[in-house]
Amino acid sequence: MDAIADNYQLIAISFATTILLFVFSSIGSLLLGTLLVAMRVGPISVMRRTAALYVTLVRNTPLLLILLFFSIAAPKIGINFQFVRIVIPTGWGDIRMTNAFAGAVVGLTLYTATFVCEALRSGVNAVPIGQAEAARAIGLPFGGAMRHVVLPQAIRAGLPPLVSTQIALLKNTTVALSVLVLEAAYALKQLLDANPGDRWWLLAVFAGIFVVLVEVLSLVSNRFERRWRIA
Amino acid sequence: MSTSVLFDAPGPRTVRRHRVYSVLTVVVLAAALALVVVRLNSRDQFAADKWEVFVTPSYVEFILNGLVDTLQMAAGGIVGAMVLGLVLGIGKISDHRWIRTPCWAVVEFFRAVPVLMLMIFFFSIYGIYNGTSGPFWCVVWALSLYNGAVLAEVFRAGLLAVPKGQSEAAYAIGMRKSQVVWIVLLPQAVKIMIPAIISQCVVTLKDTSLGYAIAAPGLTAVARPIYLEFQNHIPVYLVIAALYIVVNLVLTALATWVQKRFVGERKQLQVSMVGEAQSERAA
Repeated sequence: MDAIADNYQLIAISFATTILLFVFSSIGSLLLGTLLVAMRVGPISVMRRTAALYVTLVRNTPLLLILLFFSIAAPKIGINFQFVRIVIPTGWGDIRMTNAFAGAVVGLTLYTATFVCEALRSGVNAVPIGQAEAARAIGLPFGGAMRHVVLPQAIRAGLPPLVSTQIALLKNTTVALSVLVLEAAYALKQLLDANPGDRWWLLAVFAGIFVVLVEVLSLVSNRFERRWRIA
Repeated sequence: MSTSVLFDAPGPRTVRRHRVYSVLTVVVLAAALALVVVRLNSRDQFAADKWEVFVTPSYVEFILNGLVDTLQMAAGGIVGAMVLGLVLGIGKISDHRWIRTPCWAVVEFFRAVPVLMLMIFFFSIYGIYNGTSGPFWCVVWALSLYNGAVLAEVFRAGLLAVPKGQSEAAYAIGMRKSQVVWIVLLPQAVKIMIPAIISQCVVTLKDTSLGYAIAAPGLTAVARPIYLEFQNHIPVYLVIAALYIVVNLVLTALATWVQKRFVGERKQLQVSMVGEAQSERAA
């Protein structure tokens, strides 16, 4: 118990970093995923095949390898994020968003976008075929049909798998520990090494906070799903 | 929905426009590829001494040992997960609330906690004190717990996906609940669940790489001594990623083949997500 009482500021800052990682990656992955799904179902076969190849390759690579690429291998060929240097001073410590953070955000975005693409594609396949036929019948081109008719319904229909991918993203932010981003799992490791006696309390607190975060996400999605459900 | 309905057979102007788009896309992709190759070349990443490692037999053996370790961890994780998933899945459809609620709580908990946190926790209990084999078992236990919780949901969904008439007929001829589940439902449910289980195998295989954070053996850990010695980060990264992709593609192809051969046209299993309200329907 002492370990938590002494270090509550570190725990709070690390969870703030986790949530920031999640928010940035979530927005990025949703945007990139939507672009990917538009390429995937589009009329231009080169784009279709490129998107399919990208999704297949990245889906089958472990997330850790992608993060390690941006942290270890990419600087060797000149890709680094040294220009990112944001520090948010709070009363309890600094939230540091530096090149490791930026690399983790980029890696998480690229990885999760593939799963978002697959989730939205299942949503697109769930839209009744008559909708697309009607869109063609009133003369909408591919872009118009996607924007006005198909994608809004696809997001509705694909919301459960989409939320699953975002929950998985929230849990995957812990992998950024391996590239030295000071988020929740890193703080857990530090505290476990320093306070071996309190390990059950530490696990309870960290796991408990994660369960709460996941349940909040889940509840928000249930709300949206109920509001947008079609009968 | 067939996606060919989204766009009509193209007329002459559209054909020209699509050709322009295709050419533009190909040009952009070729430019990106050329940029990458030029960049790599300018830093001598294509030099022979960086790639020599991968044709030297002893180093190839070293890398393949890492692959074997990864496969062993994944296999251990899957076996543990199947056992735990079976127990929890059957517990979740029990008629007795004092069995159902703890099973539900355990499954929700282990689905919501990240696998890496479980690995770190086990490492601090057991792994630190048992140098080489410790982290291996920490990874296996963490993977078993997490995938067991996911497989519990798969088992539950599979048991509920068997046509209702089967269980009704079994109850009608006087079978008890446990007999219905073991003799009638499970054998039929296994066929439905196999693709989902194989997808979970792919997830397990990818998650074994997380052991890197707790110094577990495996394909990702094998990369470090090689690139530290030979300073060939990019080639090592590419080869390790390629190995992972190949193994996962083989597993995915297996899952697709099994789905086509044994399950046929039936819809894919729908597994509920974390936190979703559970219907009270039992088998």
